[in-house]
Amino acid sequence: MTTHAHESHTGRIWKVFGILSLITIIEVFFGIWKPGFLMSPWLSPFEGGFFGAIGNFILGIFIYIKPLNFFFIALTVVKAYYIVWFFMHMSEETKGLRRAVVWTSIFLIVYLTALLLIEGSYVGDAISPYVKWDY
Amino acid sequence: MKATSALDSSVDSWDGGDKEPLKASYGKMMMWFFILSDALTFSGFLTAYGLMRFKFSDTWPIADQVFNHFPFMHGDHPMYFVALMTFVLIFSSVTMVLAVDAGHRQDKKKVTSYMFLTIIGGLLFLGSQAWEWKNFIGGNLGAIQMNDGKIIQFVNADGKQIALTSFAKTGPIDRVNHERGNGLWYTSGEDLPEVSLAQVLDGFKENTSLTVRIEKIDPVTGDKIILDRAQATRFLAASKRVVYGANLRVNEYGNTQFADFFFFITGFHGFHVLSGIIINIIIFVNVLLGTYEKRKSYEMVEKAALYWHFVDLVWVFVFTFFYLI
Repeated sequence: MTTHAHESHTGRIWKVFGILSLITIIEVFFGIWKPGFLMSPWLSPFEGGFFGAIGNFILGIFIYIKPLNFFFIALTVVKAYYIVWFFMHMSEETKGLRRAVVWTSIFLIVYLTALLLIEGSYVGDAISPYVKWDY
Repeated sequence: MKATSALDSSVDSWDGGDKEPLKASYGKMMMWFFILSDALTFSGFLTAYGLMRFKFSDTWPIADQVFNHFPFMHGDHPMYFVALMTFVLIFSSVTMVLAVDAGHRQDKKKVTSYMFLTIIGGLLFLGSQAWEWKNFIGGNLGAIQMNDGKIIQFVNADGKQIALTSFAKTGPIDRVNHERGNGLWYTSGEDLPEVSLAQVLDGFKENTSLTVRIEKIDPVTGDKIILDRAQATRFLAASKRVVYGANLRVNEYGNTQFADFFFFITGFHGFHVLSGIIINIIIFVNVLLGTYEKRKSYEMVEKAALYWHFVDLVWVFVFTFFYLI
């Protein structure tokens, strides 16, 4: 067991609480406001073979999703960082443990998300022409 | 570390003794790897939700039109209640980390009071979630389901959704709820809605200012499409029944999958909150009994805290993907 004396981190805890609250308030504010310039993608997909595909890949977050949603996901990741690093004290663990947990989860989750969302949008594109909307 | 450490008689205790790979105790490290696996489970659920959402991206329900209740207030209040729930959970995370901090200083009194606040926060969150479920399941305004399963909601001239009961023709109802006693075998019917389909259709015919909103989303505005009267009448000719609230087969908000995933993911998260509260209560009792004071280490509080923060972490993502996006 660790026996060395711990200094109190109370100040840092309240600071992190302030940051998390502020981010949540910003999220709720934008969730209600929904400003028009963030509601549709800023760029349209590039045409033209290989380089177009590369461009779509690199700038995908500005082409395929609403900037508002990207903004929300970014804020969520920031919140997750503060919770894991300062509430769960990940910053005090060894580099090995930190990487075993954080890198594993990030890699697998990003991979799974990419596969499932690509598949979902493909299936959606494939079936939506067959859904009847005129009666 | 010696290669023969597994045979070393000094480490035959179940928790690995004094061996601390990665400088974390056995229990803490295993809690981290449990959390990793649980995070992958939740990500599986959330990405499955994402798949369905991308699949039905042109008809998916808009969260602001579904979760718009606030206690003791009428009308349309999207986001506020779930923001409150988020604050409750973040705050209970703060009291938990303060308890861990007090544990490092062997301050039993502070650990006790912060653990107590954490448990209260968890119970508050669970109660809020129950209230959210109650509103979701009960529904408020009602809708019509068409023969092919699509949902039609009614809107007034301003484009605001209105309740079926506000315009449906009322009169003597000759419908009888099908009960077990009258049925073949032991079946019983669903509860009757407040108004019948015929009453809703009659009411719609008489109130010429009304029209309907369909599930399809206008790709330009991002809002659900509102039909004109003539089209609305043609849609309503294919209607099947009145729908109130949500369950696993049908819901008044739109796509059935939306309710299925809502129940499953928030339910699974709520189950984690519940088990977190139970773990916290066990630790709290042990703190009161002085177990950790005798052990001169409050590490158990830290392990419970890891789990509790993880529950908060998952909620942050559920909040984003169910309510914000």
